[in-house]
Amino acid sequence: MSISVLLSIIVTSLATYLSRFLGVLSSLRIKESSKIFRWFNCLAYATLAALIARTIIFPVGALTDASYLSRLIVVLLSLGIFFITKKNFVYPTIFSAISIGIVNNFF
Amino acid sequence: MIKKEFFLKGYKSILKPDSPAIALACCFVAIGALLKNVGFNIQESVLSTLLIYALPGSLVMAESILIGASLISIFFAVWFVNARLYPMAVSLFPLMMDDSQPKWKYYLSCHFIAVSAWLIMKSNYETIEKKDRVDFWIGIGSATLSVSVLATILGFYLADYLNKDMLMGLAILNPIYFTCMMVGAMKTLQITLSVTLGAILGPIFYFFSPEWSIILGGVVGGSIAYLLGEKNVN
Repeated sequence: MSISVLLSIIVTSLATYLSRFLGVLSSLRIKESSKIFRWFNCLAYATLAALIARTIIFPVGALTDASYLSRLIVVLLSLGIFFITKKNFVYPTIFSAISIGIVNNFF
Repeated sequence: MIKKEFFLKGYKSILKPDSPAIALACCFVAIGALLKNVGFNIQESVLSTLLIYALPGSLVMAESILIGASLISIFFAVWFVNARLYPMAVSLFPLMMDDSQPKWKYYLSCHFIAVSAWLIMKSNYETIEKKDRVDFWIGIGSATLSVSVLATILGFYLADYLNKDMLMGLAILNPIYFTCMMVGAMKTLQITLSVTLGAILGPIFYFFSPEWSIILGGVVGGSIAYLLGEKNVN
């Protein structure tokens, strides 16, 4: 293992663990019935939604090869399938993986 | 120590029909392939998934290595992009804090906080008594982490066989799965508003500051949702 890659992995994992650990330290003093807990619950859901929206709208990596329109179409169709299949998570997920390449050829 | 019964119950949650196993595995297959292309060997790839276990963090690390960024800049870039783990921890761990459990379980098991495990725990914690929830959580986390590690290995060895369309398919799968899970979780006014506002504000803030967009979208969107929700209940 080369030193720089190993050091990068260690630094990345420390930076990641830090937020998790600080979260647990704060949790020691927060009751689940408290207002601050409900606030953090909203923050967590909103942050995740922001992250997911960003991954779809401003992607990095392989998704940059798919056009904006094709990504939008696949998201909308997948959500349609999600509701039609009575909120099944697996069908829309598999559909999206197969369809993105096909849709991207047209749009 | 850890109660086997609850640990196994958590571990098996990955086998349920609506489990995140497929989506999780696919995105770590993509990460495995990416790490190989960046120049990692198999041991380094496995170690990084095992120790980091947070997708955006691994992506930032891979990009930083490619451009030859310094360790300090990697630290801050990753800390930033993974800062969402803090509110995720604070909105999860109070649900499992119990005086009968030793603290080390909490300090170690916070490593398992990631979107998939977090969402499984959020939708199942009520079925478990509070004192046993941390063991259940350790089970869920061990299952999701083992799927991730296996998928990284698979992705590493598949890297040469994956074409552009396949990588694109693997990349869209994860956000689609989580979009569906978030929409499925919209059962109260506060959560519905949080998800909707976060999804709208995150991309809008991106135009002003790509680095801050997720944190800002989360804090502003979440706080508005909280205030509107509290006002509505009262």
